[in-house]
Amino acid sequence: MSGVPILKLDRITKTFPGVVANENVSFEVGQGEIHALLGENGAGKSTLVKMIYGVQKPDSGEMSFMGEPFAPSKPSEARAKGIGMVFQHFLLFEALTVYENIVLGLSAAEAKTGDLRQRIIDVSTTYGLKVDPDRLVGTLSVGERQRIEIVRCLLSEPKLLIMDEPTSVLTPQEVSVLFQTLRRLASEGCSILYISHKLEEIRALCSKATVLRGGKLVGSCDPRQETAKSLAEMMIGATLNKPVRQLPAPGEIRLKVQELFMESEEQFGVDLENITMAVRAGEILGIAGVAGNGQTELMEALIGERACRFGRQIQLDGVDIGTQGPRERRARGMCFAPEERLGHAAVPGMALWENTLLSAGKTNDLARGGLISLFNANRFATKVVDDLKVKTASVKSAARSLSGGNLQKFIMGREIMQNPKVLIASQPTWGVDAGAAAAIHGILIDLAKGGTAVVIISQDLDELFTISTRISVIAGGYLFPSQPTEELTVEKLGLAMGGRAKEVDAAKHAANAETAGA
Amino acid sequence: MLKLVPRKEPNRAMLYATPFLAVLMTLVAGFLLFTLLGKDPLHAMYLIFVKPLTDFNSVAEMLVKATPLVLIGVGLAIGFRAGVWNIGAEGQFTIGAITGGSVALAAYPEGGPLLLPAMALAGALGGMAWAAIPAFLRTRFNASEILVSLMLVYVATLLLSLLVHGPLRDPDGFNFPESRLFQEDALLPALIPDTRAHWGFVVGLFAVVAAYVYLERMLLGFQVKVLGQAPRAARFAGYSEKKIVWTCFMISGGLAGIAGLFETAGPVGQLVPSLPVGYGFTAIIVAFLGRLHPVGILFAALLMALTYIGGETAQIEMSLPSATTSVFQGMLLFFLLATDVLVNFRLARAGKPAAAAVRPAAPTPAE
Repeated sequence: MSGVPILKLDRITKTFPGVVANENVSFEVGQGEIHALLGENGAGKSTLVKMIYGVQKPDSGEMSFMGEPFAPSKPSEARAKGIGMVFQHFLLFEALTVYENIVLGLSAAEAKTGDLRQRIIDVSTTYGLKVDPDRLVGTLSVGERQRIEIVRCLLSEPKLLIMDEPTSVLTPQEVSVLFQTLRRLASEGCSILYISHKLEEIRALCSKATVLRGGKLVGSCDPRQETAKSLAEMMIGATLNKPVRQLPAPGEIRLKVQELFMESEEQFGVDLENITMAVRAGEILGIAGVAGNGQTELMEALIGERACRFGRQIQLDGVDIGTQGPRERRARGMCFAPEERLGHAAVPGMALWENTLLSAGKTNDLARGGLISLFNANRFATKVVDDLKVKTASVKSAARSLSGGNLQKFIMGREIMQNPKVLIASQPTWGVDAGAAAAIHGILIDLAKGGTAVVIISQDLDELFTISTRISVIAGGYLFPSQPTEELTVEKLGLAMGGRAKEVDAAKHAANAETAGA
Repeated sequence: MLKLVPRKEPNRAMLYATPFLAVLMTLVAGFLLFTLLGKDPLHAMYLIFVKPLTDFNSVAEMLVKATPLVLIGVGLAIGFRAGVWNIGAEGQFTIGAITGGSVALAAYPEGGPLLLPAMALAGALGGMAWAAIPAFLRTRFNASEILVSLMLVYVATLLLSLLVHGPLRDPDGFNFPESRLFQEDALLPALIPDTRAHWGFVVGLFAVVAAYVYLERMLLGFQVKVLGQAPRAARFAGYSEKKIVWTCFMISGGLAGIAGLFETAGPVGQLVPSLPVGYGFTAIIVAFLGRLHPVGILFAALLMALTYIGGETAQIEMSLPSATTSVFQGMLLFFLLATDVLVNFRLARAGKPAAAAVRPAAPTPAE
């Protein structure tokens, strides 16, 4: 399909104080081409697409779009030319409806053309992106929110669609629907610039790939001709060692959750219904599921942000801890890494060393007698940064100044280095590049070998299959019994995630109808 | 044309520069204002900002005015850091004066070295009790502490009026709505002999140091900041929101109560209905002008005290309206809030350079 380049970058350079984000990057995207942009965290992918989308300006170099010189100074200019972008972190207002969110994202001229509500429905049905314009965004799952962003872009009929890590929140089935949509768009002549670190996906979807490393172009290739391993090595510039899951026989039960019911505090949340699980020392239990099926609520209950009604509902090494708060649970040797990095696992405006105090204060003696030990906190933060190879100017940098993957490494490091008895992590490698993800996986496996019971809540099935010893599925707030990984396939799990969710819904409706009738 | 571009990280230099920028802009606006009023602006500025500093007595008066501002401002700042908006320090100030003053009146005419500490303690407890109302309503019923604490100011003021008209009225005072003049031992000793500057200022300095240690070195202060900046992270860490909200109200209420007691046992010397003159509200400006930082608040309080004294001088010497001081304080807060946008945004040249109009564009929502 590729012919005349729709987008051409010529020796683009962008420097920030102290960092060269992009250096002499040149590449072309052909019409109707699905073009992958590959690179580790901090390789300069985000900066590059931000320049294409008009969020930032290059220091030097030229871009041309559809044969014309192109230098957008703001996103609305880029949109007017026909460039759409779906960000990794969605920019949606939860208290507004889908329709209102879409209107807010469009320029006045775009919003006025025709019956927008009808167009939203048309676009979403044409491309298989089911969204209801009148639903509140707060009630939607992450996957559904992504659809809004895509629909928003498609409304302005873009000629180039930029997608930043779009599949990290989708089930395998949703991913294949998304790919159908993207292929269809490409066949209609829309070019797609696809940023992802999931190499298998890139091999399945993209016809061309541009690889960045340290801000520089290191090569381009046809990903269909490469293996995932060769792509990863090109990206990292070194040989990649996949973590090997060789765990000893599981030991005693460390974490036990039984008959845990919890109503969600959120208006649009998912109630936990009869969660029961047991994780032994040396085991890694993977919890799969589509976003918005109770993962957040389960995480809250496990962290202790909301106490259970009865102590016995959660047990650690046989001790009832259900009614205890996060600090007591940590003191007993539990560690947690929630999904949301900024604002939940870390305070955005605070320095890294300050952020260690959130969860590692007790275990690492960072505060004694109510006084913060600057020395200990800095030493611990420095150790985390060094051991996990977190890219940051210093431990005094604010958490929000780190890239998503680097912050995730820091947070995982902060938790892992407390040598927990039980570690519970949600989406431990979301947005983290292949090299770092492999490192985090390796550490998790090492922890399990050392006798830690690990629970991984993730929407990335590849990840769960790589490291989990057993996998279960959460759907509609209900946790299915786990099965050994060897006995499962991606398809089987994917069906459980999607299909079973409907069954759970049906069962719940039936139960509700009964209660209402009685 | 200029436009605002969001910064990647808040600019720390700007954070400290904006108060000075705001003072500068207040001076410029004040200059224009006096010119329009037909007064000599240079002379007015001299009277407001320079003359008080050349006079020993005025400097002492500055300390008198700065004392309640420092005490209240420091307490409020801790709450503001946690996102606890205690707007009713004026009421806690008044109740502190009532409870502390009542101890003196109850002991009258006895004295002794323990009387003042007992009064200060009663003042602090009074302020805390008044602050406990919004604290309870917020933590129990999720009521807005802004409205509750603000409305309680008027209740406190009326309560003071009621008491000095009734039970606390001076029996020998010809029915004037005032309490007795406090006995000698109930009055704060002078810090500088023959002036009204009292030891309360030293307590204020102590509060500055204590608040600094609390916010920068203590785990409790850290929790306050975490709750203010990222409430979910506070839950993740296991910090109790209720506890932090209560602590903030107790600290700010207690300090406001002490400030009220110091005012009544210091420069005033008795309970009068006109005791609350707005320190509790001015302290809000002081807290923000001082960047919610204890040391900054000390300087902001001194500056604000200067505008009080200078404003009075200008009123007398140039027959300016009595609102001058309020106008200056208002402008200061206004310009501070306006320039604060530069902490998170920077000005950039954009569009056609020919267009002379300065119109800050709204930040693009796409980042």
